[in-house]
Amino acid sequence: MIEEGSVGIVETQYFTFAEPPNEMELECGRKLGPITLAYETYGELNEACDNTILVVHALSGDAHAAGYSSADEEKPSGWWDIMIGPGKGIDTNKYFVVCANIIGGCKGSTGPSSINPQTERPYGLAFPVVTIQDMVNTQKALLDHLGIDKLLCVIGGSMGGMQVLQWVCSYPEMVRLAIPIATTARLSAQAIAFDEVGRQAIMSDPDWMGGDYYGKTIPHRGLSIARMIGHITYLSDKSMHQKFARRLQDKIEYGYDFVTDFQVESYLRYKGDSFVKRFDANSYLYISKAMDYFDLGQQFGSLKQAFAETIAKFLVISFSSDWLFPSQQSKEIISALRYNNLDAIYTEIKTDYGHDAFLLEAGQITRLIGNFLEHGHRKA
Amino acid sequence: MTEEIKLEENGTVLHLAPEHKIIIDLIEDGSRVMDLGCGEGDLLKALKALKHVRAEGIELSEECIQVCVEKGLFNVHHGNLDEGLADYADGSVDYVILTNTIQVLHRPLFLIKEMARVGKKCIISFPNFGYLPIRFQLGIMGRMPKSPRLPYEWYDTPNIHLATLSDFRDFCRAADLRILKEIPLRTGDEGKCSIVRFLPNLMADAAIFVVEASGVRG
Repeated sequence: MIEEGSVGIVETQYFTFAEPPNEMELECGRKLGPITLAYETYGELNEACDNTILVVHALSGDAHAAGYSSADEEKPSGWWDIMIGPGKGIDTNKYFVVCANIIGGCKGSTGPSSINPQTERPYGLAFPVVTIQDMVNTQKALLDHLGIDKLLCVIGGSMGGMQVLQWVCSYPEMVRLAIPIATTARLSAQAIAFDEVGRQAIMSDPDWMGGDYYGKTIPHRGLSIARMIGHITYLSDKSMHQKFARRLQDKIEYGYDFVTDFQVESYLRYKGDSFVKRFDANSYLYISKAMDYFDLGQQFGSLKQAFAETIAKFLVISFSSDWLFPSQQSKEIISALRYNNLDAIYTEIKTDYGHDAFLLEAGQITRLIGNFLEHGHRKA
Repeated sequence: MTEEIKLEENGTVLHLAPEHKIIIDLIEDGSRVMDLGCGEGDLLKALKALKHVRAEGIELSEECIQVCVEKGLFNVHHGNLDEGLADYADGSVDYVILTNTIQVLHRPLFLIKEMARVGKKCIISFPNFGYLPIRFQLGIMGRMPKSPRLPYEWYDTPNIHLATLSDFRDFCRAADLRILKEIPLRTGDEGKCSIVRFLPNLMADAAIFVVEASGVRG
């Protein structure tokens, strides 16, 4: 049963490019090819070809941003189905939406779990380190392939927001509207620290085997712990309190042992375990590293300089309870945009959901994004 | 107390505060303008349409920002004026406007210095606490004053820093500001403002001051 306001059943498509000898040069200096990107599209490209919205995903996202991936699903499985669909914030009746899995990922795009054509075995750690810039460059190649030379908008939250910022700096003439959500122009020491703990959890799992675990036992414990740590940073003190407080799991008294006592422990373990089923540990290493390296100011000399060629209008959104990418980091972006005389809306949404609010808090940001796109599309 | 104006280009109806029309007249065509506490963005919309300004606003209310975006404004920032304008560079706008807001700020002196740093000129409007009916209520009736401009009960008011015209002149001196223009106003029943020439600190219910940092012209 397809819900109203859904884009329906969507088939993921694949685009392969950079075939040897025309491999793509990555920011680290190494070459990679062939590269495959998994992607989905929703809505129709209009005649003027001015209604394309590129949706870019966060760490654990994929190409399946909206709708159902098969008729068997009871609910839409797209990771941003609350935002994308007919009549929604990103209205697929008006806009042509493209979303691709990032390079380095494990959801159909080339990453460390893909087969290395030279060895005919999974890359593992032989996969080159990719950056946010590399993600954006591969998305550009995909758009070239689709015949799209201008974007109405690039939108994404968290690491998606970093890609949005990279887009307007690397391909400034292509982007008319930019919506970076709950993001930063450079990862803070605190965020790098959390990423490093996650990576150490994975790499200290004996099953990780230097990244060469494919076809053997996967580093279940390590990846699960990495996800647990990550998940804590996506929530807020208040939302955890509201959800779990100090409630016990399936017992009425403390166990005085090291088996699960509290609901919050049980929840985190569940989150960790379910993540392991759908995500590759090496991809986690690569993607978290890509975020750590992200620093637009360093890349362009200064953050002000980074936006020197940018023409896009911005809608910058932060969340009051996000302590991973706090509002101040969005204000730094605004300050640099303003220096360059760029139009920008900035709003901090009051919410208890923490960093993950962009995936959960539909009402407020749907209205904001819908109106911003509407006026931005009309103005052009 | 708002006045409706209709924009000719597309028939949009805007709701302006009584002194907004006078403020609009003060601003040169094509200026860069920042409205502090821009609310739902009506003044900015009017300034864009009538004076072709590059308009930006700062607003505390999330809901007001939503409405500004709905109106097609592309330059509104969510912020608390009591935190100042640290993210804004010196002299980066021609006019900083603060209408009917200074009396609710926790640190008016701090903000006005910030305004004079960021703006080449500042336009400030505020209710005059020296207005005769106000003095009468306090001085003769022995009651905390209320008026159309100050409609709140004493125990439930956002107004914590009320001033008279004379007080405001002292305040400008304390903040190292030069007063370029002083426009005492009398607000009529339909929300239209007229300029008061006789005994302004007694006869005006509000005023607009145009000021700049003293150092500017040396």
